[in-house]
Amino acid sequence: MEQKNDNEYLVLKDLTKIFSDGRGNEVTAVDNISLTIKKGDFVTLLGPSGCGKTTTLRMVAGFELQTYGDITLDNKLINNVAPFDRNMPMVFQSYALFPHLTIFENIAYGLKIRKLSKEVIKNDVAMVSQMVNLVGLENRYPGELSGGQQQRVALARALVLKPEIILFDEPLSNLDAKLRIQTRTEIKRVQQMMGITALYVTHDQSEALSMSDQIVIMNRGEIAQVGSPEEIYNNPNSSFVADFIGNANFIDAKVSEIGSKSITVTVQGNSFEVKKTDEEFSEGEEVALAIKPEAVDISLEPTGFTGKLDVSSFLGSITEYKIEFENSFIIAIHSNTAGQTVKHFKMGEEVYVDFKKEFFRIYKK
Amino acid sequence: MANNKLKRRLNKNSFHQLTSDPALFIGVILILASLVLFIVYPLYAAAKLSLSDDGVFSLSQYQYIFTHSYYSKSIMNSVMLGAIVATLATFVGFVFAFAIAKGGIKGQKFFQPMAILPIISPPFMFALSVILLFGRNGLITAKLLHMDTSGVYGLKGLVIVQVITMYPIAYMTLVGILQAIDPDLETCAMNLGAKRIKTFFTVTLPLALPGIFASWLLVFVGSLTDFGNPIIIGGEFDVLSVRAYLEFTGMGNLPRGAALAMLLLVPTVGVFFIQKYIIKNKAYVTITGKSSRRGSSSVTGVAKIGLFIFTLGVSLFVIMFYVTIISGSFIKLWSVDWSFTLRHFVYAWDVGFTTLKNTLILATISTPITAVLGMIIAFIVVRKSFAGKQILDFLSMLSYAIPGTAVGIGYILAFNKAPFKLSGTAFILIAVYVFRNVPIGVQGGIAALKQISGDIEESSTNLGASTAYTFRKITLPLVRPAFFAGATFAFVRSMTAISAIIFLVSARWNHLTVLILAQTEIMRLGAASVLSFALIVVVMAFIFIIMKLTGLKQSQIFGTTK
Ligand SMILES: Nc1ncnc2c1ncn2[C@@H]1O[C@H](COP(=O)(O)OP(=O)(O)O)[C@@H](O)[C@H]1O
Ligand SMILES: [Mg+2]
Repeated sequence: MEQKNDNEYLVLKDLTKIFSDGRGNEVTAVDNISLTIKKGDFVTLLGPSGCGKTTTLRMVAGFELQTYGDITLDNKLINNVAPFDRNMPMVFQSYALFPHLTIFENIAYGLKIRKLSKEVIKNDVAMVSQMVNLVGLENRYPGELSGGQQQRVALARALVLKPEIILFDEPLSNLDAKLRIQTRTEIKRVQQMMGITALYVTHDQSEALSMSDQIVIMNRGEIAQVGSPEEIYNNPNSSFVADFIGNANFIDAKVSEIGSKSITVTVQGNSFEVKKTDEEFSEGEEVALAIKPEAVDISLEPTGFTGKLDVSSFLGSITEYKIEFENSFIIAIHSNTAGQTVKHFKMGEEVYVDFKKEFFRIYKK
Repeated sequence: MANNKLKRRLNKNSFHQLTSDPALFIGVILILASLVLFIVYPLYAAAKLSLSDDGVFSLSQYQYIFTHSYYSKSIMNSVMLGAIVATLATFVGFVFAFAIAKGGIKGQKFFQPMAILPIISPPFMFALSVILLFGRNGLITAKLLHMDTSGVYGLKGLVIVQVITMYPIAYMTLVGILQAIDPDLETCAMNLGAKRIKTFFTVTLPLALPGIFASWLLVFVGSLTDFGNPIIIGGEFDVLSVRAYLEFTGMGNLPRGAALAMLLLVPTVGVFFIQKYIIKNKAYVTITGKSSRRGSSSVTGVAKIGLFIFTLGVSLFVIMFYVTIISGSFIKLWSVDWSFTLRHFVYAWDVGFTTLKNTLILATISTPITAVLGMIIAFIVVRKSFAGKQILDFLSMLSYAIPGTAVGIGYILAFNKAPFKLSGTAFILIAVYVFRNVPIGVQGGIAALKQISGDIEESSTNLGASTAYTFRKITLPLVRPAFFAGATFAFVRSMTAISAIIFLVSARWNHLTVLILAQTEIMRLGAASVLSFALIVVVMAFIFIIMKLTGLKQSQIFGTTK
């Protein structure tokens, strides 16, 4: 008897994809990743371009056959299920709208394939069009729609199949910034309303943070970290994740002492303690400290840390300072109090840097 | 309206551009004059003759043609042949294009050249091969199957030969279109539940339909205007182009020959307009969004094998024809005495050397003229604006639409007396080559120049480069492939021309293809094989040299541009 287990709805096990060009060159696009996705969750694959997100998604959809590993959906091994039998509609980065079909026909495409009656098709398409706000455009051709509308057609075409799982490959990357933010709330709303499991690929961290239940950070074909947005944002387990998710500042430091719970490090002649992590360090080791811009400020009083101001950008509620600190540049963020004037610093001027030291995380260099 | 005022002002400006730039002005006038003289005037001469009876305007020639089955039959035959060949050749071309662009079959390095090989062959090489293989003394029909047949002469033989000759036209039209279909669309269809075959019929095929339609029309016209194949293998099956030729030169009935040629003009010009003004606007707009451009296995293993076998079969069939011609060159008397001989070479050398030399000389003279003229016209059309530009564009493309038979007849009528007494000279042949082939250069040039937006050139100028420097460093390298592609086509077409020049050759300036035809007619098939072989070698050598000298690839020269 097969046991249904909603906590293990989609399971990737040791999934690997090696592309070879037939001339002996091999690219390992996805390297032995394992992942378990809960039913109804919104899971995001996040990582820099080329890290293997699309390839992972395409293996799940069945467009690409994995070199090794298993994919299990709802406890059934689907390794050998053809893409057209997987019932996992995907929203493409290019939208992939059929240019020769009207919007109605585009949305109805999957229903027609499933040989549903005209009545049902008409009803379902009308319902979905309503849901994604496409009413009145049914008889147009994709070429006659704006980018945002095309994106919604792509979404409607997938939703109309009432799938249990839906795949997205950077669906918003071709929209302008404002529309992108609007649409991501739309997608999230529909996904929750219909209780669909979503596997979502993006390279945009704010998209991932705002939409996901779980974020899977990928780097060079491997999984770097899995966790909720808060976990990943607050406790990145590697300097790669810290950099990628929080735009962290990295500064050089030297380990001066190792305690039982904390490590004492030295920066610019100041010693202070940072939390211990899983990584092992030794005394005298050169390390990197990561800290988010919002934990760095600029100060009028001496703090023990000095840098050279490079650029300041007044952004309304905050001012962002780019500071040359030791041998690297860091970003500091100063909250502006309404009504108060901001002190102006000149380029190249010495400034005091104020770190909220409890937010430092230590990483191997 | 303000809009109209603006338009008027622009027009004034564009006229101003012409008068304020004397070099451009003189250039445009000269080009226009030569286009009128060598394209419009001959056509006018032929039309006028066909429409006159003893010097007065009359439709009697056409009336006669349509009321006598002897002539109207040839019209019917031409249309029927065209329709059959267009359908079959488009099918074969589509399969090749699909196998190469979408099917991911193995051996692309072999199939890509095979998909276009026949276009560089002499006009009736395949007809000659078919006679050697399937004719009365054919190797396969008479020797292997012991059939007593002359069935290959006529519709059947013509269909085989024209399909083989013309499927590359379909291939070249379709491969670009299939490649342009975003693989994401097919992947998406499958993702939505469509099986591969369903995906093909609901996505791939509908998107290729405008291309299929275009290809059908092109081949239809190609078949209709073909002269070389039907004159050799047509037999009793009378077609319009051959009828016009026989009427004009054989019977000396000039008005009727001219009228028959004019009838050929109707479908070709019709297709020209459909191509230029309808299909162009029908193409599906590409949608915004970045495609992954990654295919997924949208063809099943079985289909892949099917595609492979089909394309291989056609390729081998084509190769067999080449092998036949080459073997025919070395065999003493086909079907009677199979012993090896070089005597055909000796004979061909005697009768053909001067002709080969002259053919080469004329092709070599006309090729650079054609390519340069094409590029100049393209440059003027794309980059300059002046009143009458459309006329230049139209005239330079028009000769594409005129069947060779009509051109040949027009030239004879137009240039046999003062003030343009050119017949019998090399000049008239060069003029035919240049003005018949210039549209290809113009078209390629326009496509290439349009790719280079004015912005690129402006930004170069903006960075401080002089106009000449910009042209040399930016424009020239970017149009180079189009230029050499145009030159290659011009050379190949000059070397393999027949339908127009058969009217214009003289004892002093003969053409190799006409000589091959003559040898075939007197059943000296060995010599005809040798001469065809020589023609293929010359053409291949030229293409090889161009590719080596310019570093261009096959796909750049025989590009997928329609
Ligand atoms: N068909 C292919 N052949 C060879 N290499 C490929 C192919 N598809 C993807 N790759 C490579 O695999 C790696 C991962 O690609 P991809 O999954 O598209 O990354 P992402 O979507 O994260 O940007 C890249 O290095 C890419 O070049
Ligand atoms: Mg990607």
